[in-house]
Amino acid sequence: MSAHLLEIDALSVSFDGFKAVDELSVNVDVGEIRAIIGPNGAGKTSLLDLISGRTTPTSGHVRFKDVELTELREYEIVRAGVGRKFQTPSVYESLTVFENLEMAYPDSRSWWSAWRFHRSPKVVALIDEIAEVVYLKDRLRDRAETLGHGEKQWLEIGALLIQRPELLLLDEPVAGMSVVDREKTAQLLVALSKGRAMVVVEHDMEFVKKIAHRVTVLHQGRVLVEGQMEDIQKDPRVVEVYLGH
Amino acid sequence: MHTPRSTYASRGAAVLRHLTTRVAVDVRRRENIAFGVLAIVLLVVFPLVFDVFRLNLIGKYLTYAFVALGLVLCWGYGGILSLGQGVFFGLSGYCMAMFLKLEASDPASTSIQSTPGIPDFMDWNQITALPAFWVPFKSFVFTLIAVPVVPGVLAFVLGTAMFRRRVGGVYFAIITQAVASILSILIIGQQGYTGGVNGITDLKTLHGWDIRTDMAKRILYCVNAVLLLGAVALSLSIVRSKLGRLLVALRDKEERVLFTGYDVASIKTFVFVLAAIYAAIGGAMFTLQVGFMSPSFVGIVPSIEMVIAAAVGGRASLFGAIYGSLLVNFGKTYFSESFPELWLFVIGAMFIVVVIALPNGLAGLDLRSFATRLVLRAQGIRNRDASGPKLVTGPAASKDDPKLPPNGAGASGDAGASHA
Repeated sequence: MSAHLLEIDALSVSFDGFKAVDELSVNVDVGEIRAIIGPNGAGKTSLLDLISGRTTPTSGHVRFKDVELTELREYEIVRAGVGRKFQTPSVYESLTVFENLEMAYPDSRSWWSAWRFHRSPKVVALIDEIAEVVYLKDRLRDRAETLGHGEKQWLEIGALLIQRPELLLLDEPVAGMSVVDREKTAQLLVALSKGRAMVVVEHDMEFVKKIAHRVTVLHQGRVLVEGQMEDIQKDPRVVEVYLGH
Repeated sequence: MHTPRSTYASRGAAVLRHLTTRVAVDVRRRENIAFGVLAIVLLVVFPLVFDVFRLNLIGKYLTYAFVALGLVLCWGYGGILSLGQGVFFGLSGYCMAMFLKLEASDPASTSIQSTPGIPDFMDWNQITALPAFWVPFKSFVFTLIAVPVVPGVLAFVLGTAMFRRRVGGVYFAIITQAVASILSILIIGQQGYTGGVNGITDLKTLHGWDIRTDMAKRILYCVNAVLLLGAVALSLSIVRSKLGRLLVALRDKEERVLFTGYDVASIKTFVFVLAAIYAAIGGAMFTLQVGFMSPSFVGIVPSIEMVIAAAVGGRASLFGAIYGSLLVNFGKTYFSESFPELWLFVIGAMFIVVVIALPNGLAGLDLRSFATRLVLRAQGIRNRDASGPKLVTGPAASKDDPKLPPNGAGASGDAGASHA
């Protein structure tokens, strides 16, 4: 048994010779919210893509609870306990909020069992609970297309929660949100980090300061600095990459 | 998350009651009524109203309805557009035709051929023995199995190969179209084995039962109609289940489904295979009712006509698919008889109108809200004439009628909300 929930070891990926992620090593523990920051093109989203199996690494390893994720298909990685939220809210517009959440429940995932699927009051109660957590309890019957931008982001987070992942990958969860919604999302993420790990890619430094236990700064596909937010903000190397010359 | 276990079930039940909206219950009821109406139209009205010739024509149109039904599930719900459904229709049609042709080619009735006992077109092409792949079709049982299995297996192989590699959208449509083109070229080219461009003709009996008599045509029509109703019932059960909502989810955001832990490729393959099997049933019934099979039902043009039929009826409406097939194919017969050169323009125009004005096809026509608007407008004019403020009560109130669903015929996932 390894010491960390997620161990990324010398991970690299190159697209047509361009190294988006270059010999990157990061460890994440249970109960931790790890923020990944860095200028545009630093490889933040690429890193999430590599963990969740959307892209295959050129070399290196991703170990999650001692399972090598780089050899699994996307849906197998999800079933192993890794949830992924995309940058743009991705919900099923034609389905209701309830149906969106139900779709995420980790059961009856083959065509046959989905056909035979019956709603059990237990699952419905769970969905109701999660909807309350993500501020959508009153919207269960509404179609997802009627939700506001922030509500869609929450719906996607709620759908992830129903999967009960041990590792949550969040790509810019507050992009495009109002200040009030950002605050609510920060509270939400802090509450959710208990018993699981989170990796959050985010541009909003105020938000990062609020939620992150540790921060990893990426630059040109490599780890530039890693540590507490206060230290990082003072680090001359970080200031330089962000402000440039 | 601190609710004690015992209250969990009751809480769930309460939420479920809250979720089971009137609209959802209403959609379900309306689907049941639509099913009943369809059954009466197909099994009572048509057989009573039309003579055998017309009934047989309608039977032919209804074989295309199987294809359209498959397209509704595959394309309307799942978002997978196949432009090659003619392949599956044709393959099973040919399977059935091969059996019937062998029965029609007994040595006695083919005694004038240089090789008696083989189909006539083989003899014309200097083939002297029955090709090996024809031999199993002497067995009726084998034929019955081959009718759904051959197209089903092809769809499974195609679907698995493409969906595993993430080939989707337009690329998938183009490849299915290419397959349709390849198969029709193959059939036309291998005249000695397939009957070439003429197809397999002069089919006479099924197990000694003459399929050309009026009685046989009536019976075959009824068999066809019952099979179609069965397919509709099966599709309804899919659409109302979580599988139906899963298909809608795939159409909306495929990547989200994948990253929710579903094996997307296997689910897409399933619905593609199911659509192929529907098309296959249609193809076999076509051969039986029309009495021949030819490459003109296999290639690109018929495949696209089937897609248009589904689009006209409403690509996400199971019932729309059937009425759409009837309408489009009736139009085809009518125009081909009266103004043959106009048909292609008519079907093209039909498609444009549907795409621009009726994205949900005929099923999306909300006649009641249209009528309400008309009444409102008429009333508005009268009010102006009366030159005084008058309360518009009647029609306006009907807008809030709880029996009115918010939009069109229940074509989407909200039907599932009542599935408890």
